[in-house]
Amino acid sequence: MDPQLVVDKWPGTIFTVAIGAKSNEGGSRNEEIKIGGQNCLPLMFKEGVIAHPPQIAFEILDIPGVDLSEELVKVYGAALKDPLSWAQKCVQEFGAKLISVKMQGSHPDFGNRSPLESAKFIELLLKKVNAPLIITGSGDDANDSLVIPACSEAAKGERCLIGSAVQDSYKTLVASVLADGHSLIAESPIDINIAKQLNILISDMGLGLERIVINPTIGALGYGLEYAYSIMERARIAALAGDKTLACPFICFVGQEAWKTKEAKVNPEQGIIWETITATSLIQAGADLLVMQHPRAVSKVSQFMEQLFKK
Amino acid sequence: MAFSGLDIYKLLPKTNCRECGLATCLAFAMQLAKKTVGLEKCPFVSEESKNILEAQALPPIKQITIGVDDNHFDLGNETVLFRHEEKFRNQPGIGFVIEDSLTDAQITQRLNKINDFKFERVGQELKVNLVALKFSQNEKRYLEVVKLVLKQTLLPLVLICQEAQVLRQALVLAQTRAPVIFGANPENLNLIGALAKEFNAPLVVSAADIVALTKLTEELKTLGVKDLILDTGDKPVAEKIWDLTQLRRQALKKSNRALGYPSLVVVKQSDPYQEAIEATAYIAKYAGIILIQGLDSWEILSILTLRQDIYSDPQKPLQIEPKIYPVGLVTDKSPVLITTNFSLTYYTVLAEVEASKVPAYILSIDTQGMSVLTAWAADKFSAEYITKAVADAKVKELVKHNNLIIPGYVAMLSGDLEESSGCNIIVGPKEAAGIPSFLKNLS
Ligand code: SF4
Repeated sequence: MDPQLVVDKWPGTIFTVAIGAKSNEGGSRNEEIKIGGQNCLPLMFKEGVIAHPPQIAFEILDIPGVDLSEELVKVYGAALKDPLSWAQKCVQEFGAKLISVKMQGSHPDFGNRSPLESAKFIELLLKKVNAPLIITGSGDDANDSLVIPACSEAAKGERCLIGSAVQDSYKTLVASVLADGHSLIAESPIDINIAKQLNILISDMGLGLERIVINPTIGALGYGLEYAYSIMERARIAALAGDKTLACPFICFVGQEAWKTKEAKVNPEQGIIWETITATSLIQAGADLLVMQHPRAVSKVSQFMEQLFKK
Repeated sequence: MAFSGLDIYKLLPKTNCRECGLATCLAFAMQLAKKTVGLEKCPFVSEESKNILEAQALPPIKQITIGVDDNHFDLGNETVLFRHEEKFRNQPGIGFVIEDSLTDAQITQRLNKINDFKFERVGQELKVNLVALKFSQNEKRYLEVVKLVLKQTLLPLVLICQEAQVLRQALVLAQTRAPVIFGANPENLNLIGALAKEFNAPLVVSAADIVALTKLTEELKTLGVKDLILDTGDKPVAEKIWDLTQLRRQALKKSNRALGYPSLVVVKQSDPYQEAIEATAYIAKYAGIILIQGLDSWEILSILTLRQDIYSDPQKPLQIEPKIYPVGLVTDKSPVLITTNFSLTYYTVLAEVEASKVPAYILSIDTQGMSVLTAWAADKFSAEYITKAVADAKVKELVKHNNLIIPGYVAMLSGDLEESSGCNIIVGPKEAAGIPSFLKNLS
């Protein structure tokens, strides 16, 4: 008897999350970008519908580039001195469809920028570029809890993706995101149970699961990538099997991690391929949104995705 | 899917004759399922049952050894679809295609590079595994190239040649190295199959889909060829991943023995980035041998690192021996840095201490392979633990100062640790990248 193909059909579907509101919805973005919506495992095109290919956002800071690797400094050049030109360069020169801004300036080590000033920066950024925005905190919990709500308000109605809510501190952020019509990044430390728990807590506050994106916290290639890889695979399998509380798309901050590594500093190609392979490997594990830094790495990953999604 | 005791019982004589030393056939079946007795203990089991039970005991994907001596490696014997279900066992072999149309000088140059591809990461050596020689049309040239390659590399070989005549001679030249034959297809099956049998060589079988592949492997099995490797030919990457996934599922979910062999893929991308992307995609999705062309060391390192990541054991993080490590020309004034015994953490710290050029001691604490924060949360990186390790390593005899440097992430340990160890605690940087400037400012 001829062998029959093993075709897995899953009962669950990943929620579709939209980022960016166009003018017909009261925003000023040029596009609405959707992620998620698939009902099969990554790249298993024959088993279901992969409604939206993974998307890539370019990451910038709200202050002149600090702590960036030499190669990134070279590729962005003078634009790094002014975050607004930096964002513009990403869009105009490198074709960025999404901008992810980290509010680094509010960190005590980088100037302690006030919530008010941070919010002003977001207003300016929204005027400068019309790509949908992702806004994330500096990592200083105390300041983030004031700065991010201020930024959220400044971008009211633009349907940004805002983060990050963590287990110990999510309430203020959820309230802001609800009030201002955004979506939320829920961050968990490579832990499927915390990811699930956090999603439940957030949705209990009234923010629907279709407005949550999970940041599973990743390591770069050679720096613990496999931990996130397996957590994402496990969570995605659980979600497709019917666990709605894990059925949110994944966001992975690939650029930050990849360019921090020793390998990325050896030569430009080594750095670019490090970011590239970190990204494509995580796509195989289920990543829906990749936040990247080097335009060549972005173009290599995009090329690969075109090949995958070619009809 | 292993047989349960009950499954086995159904195949036994059910006479309870006790010849096997157990009270009943059922008891014997239970022991057999646990593999605590062998089937040979029952003299009455039928031939038919014996065949079923023996086949059942084999791994669902055959383990195949490639090459000889120090450079040999195993493929197959995989048991899961996802690494978190247990682990992936045998790392895929990475090989380089060399065409016989190249000149001797070009080939030599390539082989030199290939021989040099050895990297060290987190205490493990990362190596490439194979050289694949591609026959184009000239028999004499191909045989020359085989000789040249045999002389210039010790890596196992793949002979990419579908002409039985040429292949036979190449096999004669290379037989002590146990080369892989690539390979058999529906047209040349009998001739190439016979050669594989004669030279006892692993054989790559190519057909476009699993139905055709199943037919070929069954025929080859009856011809007596034992070690097979499966190939579904050139296809776009998404289809290739689908094929590789099907092969793995057929073997594991359907116990389809005809497809229970490792697989091979050839990556044909001229851009090194796209080549690495595709190669790593196949590493994650079950490929057994991956043939590429690229020779840039940055590309190869990225491929080998991803392979190391994916094939690491999820249950057992890589660890180093917990003890005190001197770095550089240490003296009794050298600083002492404390970290975990999780390989990744230790080697990251080590690299930065080396980069600082400040001689120092690194005391690695037994955290059972957990990273700093995880270990701290699990109480494996506590003040007591560290104090004990400091005493065990006789730190106070090695250095005259009384300072310990702890990772920035566990600054909260300072007070307790100062009390329990009697040392001055200095809080170091959170990220290892901060170590060089930290150590320089310390002195
Ligand atoms: S020897 Fe065989 S038939 Fe006899 S009791 Fe043991 S298992 Fe049963």
